[in-house]
Amino acid sequence: MASTGAEALLEVRGVTLQYKTRAHLITATYRVDFRVFRSDRFVMLGPSGCGKSTLLKAVGGYLAPTEGEIRLAGEPVRKPGPDRAMVFQEFDQLLPWKTVKENVVFALVASRTLRHKEAVDRAMQYIEKVGLTRFADAYPHTLSGGMKQRVAIARGMAMEPRILLMDEPFAALDALTRRKMQEELLQLWEETRFTVLFVTHSIDEAVLLGNRILLLSPHPGRVKAELDSDGSDGVGPDGLRLSQRIRRMLFEGGLPEEAVAHG
Amino acid sequence: MAEATDPEFAGVVAKPLTAWEKLYGNAALRKAVVLAALALAWEIGARRIGNDLLFPTFSATVVAFWEGLKSGVLFQRTGYSLRLLLEGYAVGLACAALLTALATATRIGTDLLETLTAMFNPLPSIALLPLALLWFGLGQLSLIFVLVHAVLWSVALNTHSGFRGVSETLRMVGRNYGLKGVRYVTQILVPAALPSILTGLKIGWAFAWRTLIAAELVFGVSTGSGGLGWYVFENKNQLETANVFAGLFTVILVGLLVENLVFRTIERATLRRWGMEP
Repeated sequence: MASTGAEALLEVRGVTLQYKTRAHLITATYRVDFRVFRSDRFVMLGPSGCGKSTLLKAVGGYLAPTEGEIRLAGEPVRKPGPDRAMVFQEFDQLLPWKTVKENVVFALVASRTLRHKEAVDRAMQYIEKVGLTRFADAYPHTLSGGMKQRVAIARGMAMEPRILLMDEPFAALDALTRRKMQEELLQLWEETRFTVLFVTHSIDEAVLLGNRILLLSPHPGRVKAELDSDGSDGVGPDGLRLSQRIRRMLFEGGLPEEAVAHG
Repeated sequence: MAEATDPEFAGVVAKPLTAWEKLYGNAALRKAVVLAALALAWEIGARRIGNDLLFPTFSATVVAFWEGLKSGVLFQRTGYSLRLLLEGYAVGLACAALLTALATATRIGTDLLETLTAMFNPLPSIALLPLALLWFGLGQLSLIFVLVHAVLWSVALNTHSGFRGVSETLRMVGRNYGLKGVRYVTQILVPAALPSILTGLKIGWAFAWRTLIAAELVFGVSTGSGGLGWYVFENKNQLETANVFAGLFTVILVGLLVENLVFRTIERATLRRWGMEP
């Protein structure tokens, strides 16, 4: 953890999240603490039901904690905002009635970040970063799943947000495309060193992408451990690979195993 | 072609269809043939009956239609009907927008819309004409009132259910980039719900057109000027039966033109281009 002692960019303190279904009040997470520093690739990892996506939505401002608080650069998070651009898992996050370019421009203009002319310039710059310049005028329905997710990433990055929130953005892709996208994301990070909070249920993805990994246990979601990763899944002093250590931590106590997929 | 290159494969890889198969595969052509056959049957049947007052021949109807076009009377009547229709349609849309806005903003508004639609949707608009005549007298206002009723419910209902069907992800995207209130509705909800909004507009148009013609039939009895419905009624009174047929033909033609040209064009320019066709 290089930035110990520095001011945390995102601070999540004692956050309990609850939501109502038709018949139940569900506690998604219980008193979760973590801090994200600038240029972190912070991964929240856990099986289904550990509240990681709910937690990300709370950071996004879509959901207020019933207990505890979330602060971004010292300011409490109260509502959604363009300083926390979200990238979702679903392909329908792109507006189907706008082209690739218009989708990115839309985000910049709607949020009043830039005026139209500058927005177009910046949009093209980020579309080039994700390698889709040739498809700038294509409508989303003509793109493959991987390309759609690239557009969503370009849109999020073009906002140049304080923190990029990614909710299992590669989960709906086929294995080969996913692998490629993970490498591209790391490449993009090398170029711009943005801060990203990334949610996944895949241990391999977490180990590969994160420099820090927050392990959550389910029902309700609680912090189990916080680990550092250098992306190589190397063997630690205990003779175990990082991914093996994570697997062991998640499954001790006989947790249902089918919940964690091996992406 | 690539026949018999693979010894294991004995079938046809690609073989051109015969001319007959190609023609038969053309849906427009098949329908044209059906239409021609119907016209022929009509002509023969009408000649057999031999009573122009009851059942004019196809050729007599075509002539009457042509005369109507040439004298301009059909254009004038159609124009009259369409102008009235557009007025009613516009007022209906405004009411629908208001009601949908209310339903989108508040839960009680939703209940109001759902209850009103459930009540009034099954009620044929034409059934309100006597009441309208009582309230607004013999004037265009009565017709517009009936037209509004024909348009309002289907548009409001479809728009509202379209709004409700907008995916959670798209909603979150809109809010992520700071859209709220009117901007959120116009930039996210309306385009995302466009397929059902267009469906509502189409149903509303179809109801309104049928209602208007029916209302003019009743209405025409007591006023001098009128639209296509009145034209049909008037010619029936004068026993110009071929003109009655020509009038009905015009009603069909306008209906088809609007449904197939106007709405199709809008759909092609929006839904099909965006891959949003239901």
